[in-house]
Formats: sequence, C-alpha cells, structure tokens
Amino acid sequence: MTTFATPSSTTAPASTETSVAQTWGLVARFANPAELMQAAEAVRKSGYRYWDCHSPFPIHGIDHAMGISRTILPVVVFGAGAAGCTLGFLLQSFTNSFDFSIWAMVWVTGYPFLISGKPLLSFPAFVPVMFELTILLSALSAAFGMLAFNQLPELYHPLLKHPGFGRATDDRFFISIEARDPQFLRSKTGEFLKSLGASSVEVVES
Amino acid sequence: MSASSSMQGHTVPASGMDNTIESPGQRAPLVLGTGDFHTVTKQVCRVPEHTSVPMAWYIAFGVSLMLLGALGVAVNYLIFTGVGVWGLNNPVMWAFDITNFVFWVGIGHAGTLISAILFLFRQKWRTGINRFAEAMTIFAVICAGLFPGIHVGRVWFAYWLFPIPNQMEMWPQFRSPLLWDVFAVSTYFTVSLVFWYIGLIPDLATLRDRAKGTIQQFAYGLFALGWRGSARHWHRYEVAYLLLAALATPLVLSVHSVVSFDFAVSQLPGWHTTIFPPYFVAGAIFSGFAMVVTLAVPARELFGLKDLITMRHLDNMNKVILVTGCMVGYAYSMEFFIAWYSGAPYEQFAFINRAFGQYWWAYWIMVSCNVITPQLFWFKRVRTSIPAMFVLSLFVNVGMWFERYVIIVSSLANDFLPTSWDEFIPTWVDIATMLGAFGLFGVLFLLFCRYLPMIAIAEVKSVMPEANPHWEGYAKGRGHQNHGDHGGAPAGAAPAFQDPRPGQP
Repeated sequence: MTTFATPSSTTAPASTETSVAQTWGLVARFANPAELMQAAEAVRKSGYRYWDCHSPFPIHGIDHAMGISRTILPVVVFGAGAAGCTLGFLLQSFTNSFDFSIWAMVWVTGYPFLISGKPLLSFPAFVPVMFELTILLSALSAAFGMLAFNQLPELYHPLLKHPGFGRATDDRFFISIEARDPQFLRSKTGEFLKSLGASSVEVVES
Repeated sequence: MSASSSMQGHTVPASGMDNTIESPGQRAPLVLGTGDFHTVTKQVCRVPEHTSVPMAWYIAFGVSLMLLGALGVAVNYLIFTGVGVWGLNNPVMWAFDITNFVFWVGIGHAGTLISAILFLFRQKWRTGINRFAEAMTIFAVICAGLFPGIHVGRVWFAYWLFPIPNQMEMWPQFRSPLLWDVFAVSTYFTVSLVFWYIGLIPDLATLRDRAKGTIQQFAYGLFALGWRGSARHWHRYEVAYLLLAALATPLVLSVHSVVSFDFAVSQLPGWHTTIFPPYFVAGAIFSGFAMVVTLAVPARELFGLKDLITMRHLDNMNKVILVTGCMVGYAYSMEFFIAWYSGAPYEQFAFINRAFGQYWWAYWIMVSCNVITPQLFWFKRVRTSIPAMFVLSLFVNVGMWFERYVIIVSSLANDFLPTSWDEFIPTWVDIATMLGAFGLFGVLFLLFCRYLPMIAIAEVKSVMPEANPHWEGYAKGRGHQNHGDHGGAPAGAAPAFQDPRPGQP
C-alpha cells in the first residue's frame, strides 16, 4: 500500500512509472453515502470512463449519479421465460399427444395418452407445467445473467487484496479509478479525488 | 468509527425501545440501538465468527441429530420392506406421508412471501427476517420432497416422474396433477435456492473480508464469487433481485394451488372443491408465519439479535397470522356452506362426518388451534408478549398439521361404500418418519444459523436512515445536485446519461 503523497512528479503518466508493481489504479475513501454520491457525480462529469463506486449496500440514486445505463437483463429474462413456456408446451404435446420420433440424444417417440376421453392435445392440462417452466427458466436466467453481466465469479481482483478495502463490504464507501483510463494520471487523479473530499487516496497495485 | 455517529441532531433509537407504537408522521425505526453500519455487521457476524455457540444450540443440534437418525432408520426400513410398514389400508391409501408433504410445503411459503411479496410491496421490515425465513423455505421444501419420493414404494423408480428419454419409450402423463406437482415443487425449490443464494452473495463477501482463518477465507470467498460492492454490480444485482421477487410471487401462489389440485381434481367428496387453491395458499402462509415466529423467538434471544429482529417485526408477523387465520376459518365455514348448498348427499356426509365422525377429535384440534386461539392476537398485549406468541405459534403448527390430516384421512376413510370404511392407525414407522422430518429440518436450520449470516446484513443497512444519501444528518452546507430520478426534476432536464464504458450490457 502506498499512501498518496502530495505531487512531486506531477506530469508522469501511469504507464511510464517505473515502480516494481504495476499500478492498477487509485482508491479513495469517502465518509458516507451522501459524500460518495457527490463525488461520483463529479467523477462522471470530469469524463472518467473506467471507474467505480464501492459500498456495503446499494445506494439509491448512485447509478444516476454515475451515469450507469440501465441493464438489458430484463430483456434476457423475458426471452428465457418465453423459451421456457414454449419448451413446456412442446415437451408435453410431443410426449403425450403425438407418436412421431425425434432425435434427442437417443431416438425418442411420443405416446398419445388417451386419458378419460380427453382430447390428445389437451391444452388446459398443459398450462401448469408450461407456467412452471416459464418461471424456472426466467429465474435461472435472471440469476446467472446478472452474474455473467457482472463478470462474476471473479475470485481474483486487485482491489480484493488491497488492505483496508475489505471494509467496503462493512461500513466504508470508496471510489476506484483504474489506471487504464485514458485520463488517468496518478498524481492528477489523486489530487482530483482529494479535492472531492476523500479522507484518503491510496494506490492499488495490480 | 462510523460515518453517522458524528452527525448532529440525530438521535439513535435506543436498544430495546418499544418500536411497536404507531406515531403518525414518523416512521418507526427498524434497527435499534445503533446508527452505525459497523455495529450491524458485528452483530450479525458474531455467530458465524465465534468458535463457541450457546449451549442451547448444542442441545437442539443433538436432539435434531437423534431425530434425523430415527428418520434414517424409518426410511431405510420402509425402502427395504415396502410401504406396508406404514399404517395404510384400503381405502386410506394416503395418510401421514402426504400430510407431512403438504405440511412442509406450506411451511416454506411464508419464506417466499416475506422475501418476494413483501419486497414488491416495499415492506422494509422484511429485511430483518427474510434471510432465515428463506432458509426455512429451502429446508422445509427438502423435508417435503422426501415424502413423495419415498411414498411411491419402489423408490428406485422415482425417476419415472421426470420426462427422461429412455429405451422403454415411456413418458410421464402430463394431464395428472401429481405430475404438475413434481414440476411445481422442483421449480419452487430451485427458484427459492437461487433467490436465497443471490441474497447471500454480498453478506458472504462481508464474512470473507472479516474472516481470520484460511478455511473461512477460502470457503466464504469461494461462494462470495469475488463480490466487491461495485455500484455497477449493485445496479444489475438490484434489477435481478426485483425480477426474482416478481417471478417468485406468482410461483409461490401457484405451488400450493398445484398441491391443492392433487385433491381438488379428484372426484372424492371432501377433496373435490373449488375453494381449495386459495384456501391452501392462505393456510400455507398462516402455518409458515407461525413457523417463522417459532424459530425467530428463540433465535433472537440466543444470538443477541433483538435490535435487528425487533418487537415490531414479531408484532407484524402476528398480525399476518391473525389475518391468515381468519381466512382459514372463513374457508372452513365456506366448505360447510357449499356442502349444504350443493345438495349433494355425499358432499354433505363428508363434512358432517369430518366434524362429528370418527375423526371429530382431529377436526376440533384443527379448529381450536387455527381459528380460535389465533383470535387472541387481536390484543396488542398478546402480540407483543414473547411467551404468548411462542405458544400460539406452536398451536398453529399443530393445528395446520391436523388440517392436512383431517382433509386427507377423514375424506378417504369413509368413502362411497360403507363396507369398505376403515380407520387409519399410524405405526411406529409413520411416527418416526414424521418426527424425523423435524430432525432433518432442525439439523439443516441449526447449521445455517451457525455458519451463515442469519440476517441479511446489506439489506438491513439499506433500510437504516443513514443509508439514504439525502438523509437530514448529511445535509450540512453542501447542497446535493439533482440526479434526475426524483419527482422534482422537470422532464427532460436530466442529462441523458450514458455508460461510456465499451461493451457493458
């Protein structure tokens, strides 16, 4: 951990630094959700692209302050739900209403069940299973889609080994700016974060 | 040091204060004793992080393990011998097995109601109890799933329930409610598990970041999936959580409806009634809330969580028990009314026989525990008395078990032909399996209490007033710019924010 000091080499960009460890970015600590939100607005307005806020709980309105565009997850979930509903109908009508064969890992043939004189294709009786499969596929896609869009699981991350950052899941509020951001200059960015009211700004090594 | 403790003009709600008082214009605090996020973390993490737990935990765990052993013996004896070891006869071909199945599925429903339906209704008090209510759901559905699995007799053919391509060219018969049940309960289990796990991820990260030992760091770290509280992650997380709540809500209503179809779709008087789906759902929520109270009362005492599961939470749950108990009472009386109104002699006989026939005692246990004793919850003294609510919740658990027993056994025992009437007498295997299921539930639930956060840490923090960036304690000097998602912003005035990062869905 290197505590950010007052500028001595103000013009050296991060890419030319000759430190032993590569700089991943800077992490700045803020006192509370209100200060984090104000700082997040300022960081967005100054045009940074690869940056993030970290908090122990979701803060209402921070996605607007950061300019996060709404996720397309609901569209994915809708598609999965529609697929589940269709699958439910095809499964039941194939297995219970017709006798043609398809290849599903092995050759399988449907069997037209005649149950108490009901029509072979008795749609109302198929509704409960169609409904359950709709819910099943959409719920699984909501959970795994969220993890995929968030690029989780990501068991290794430079921030996770940064000392003190563990409190981000407890009671502390951080803004991190990555070194790969085109605007990132270690000293200038650090000064900028300090000016937003950060109580500490630290370098995160990758 | 906390962010909020230094704020002026903020009074911390006192530990153990009475937050059940309704004061118009003022929200009752949901977290007592602190205005500090760190204290909440410490309070919840204390149990998983400590090497020693209260002696009561060990006693409860020992008893549960013994009951689980009894379950193992009973189930193995059943599998090796056959379902004849149960007290079943002709005509009573379903008894304890399906009674236990419906009972346990019903218990689960309160967990989903708390986690999903109360979430959609923005009932913030749910955050104190949703985690262990959801855990209760999962363990209850595991117990429930055991019974249909073993009651088929030849357990090794249980896979015939699923549409698996096979050389026998056999398929399940999808017009049967029993098969709908297979899909409903397995979907319910899967979705409840996913919902619970998604809720656990941020709290597992908290435990990971606080863990001292390598094993804990590895285990919590693995399941926390690398969560680091990123706002970009939180955004998609909240959308996913809302979607899961919106999906679990119709699911939970459908599951007990489908369970009731097992009976309602048949032609048997006493089962063949249209009131069953809503009546079963109300009964499920009723019994589930009673089980939450039964579990929450000792848990908050033993693990020192009284400031997070406050008297207001218990008071609210008792109100739900009162309401759903009245619904169940309405259903009981409406069944009788319809039996009379239908003019069908078999239907009328089934209900008169239920109340005054050979199972009259079971019927009146059910009515006393489900309809009469919960009426005491009209009194606030009773709703806020720990011993009273614990006893009443146990009554409800007993009463709801008997409700299923009455519906199943009394309808079957006296069927259309008096020569075939018989009585169901449980064997020791029946009783050992019923008690053993409580052991299975107890073991799973006690392990959960010991090793996982019993309360949703991140969610509880988010309902504290300090979590709101516009909280008055923060409004000193620096004004906060409008960020466009509040009613005051004129339409179109908010800048069209775009995520500038490439490739972020």
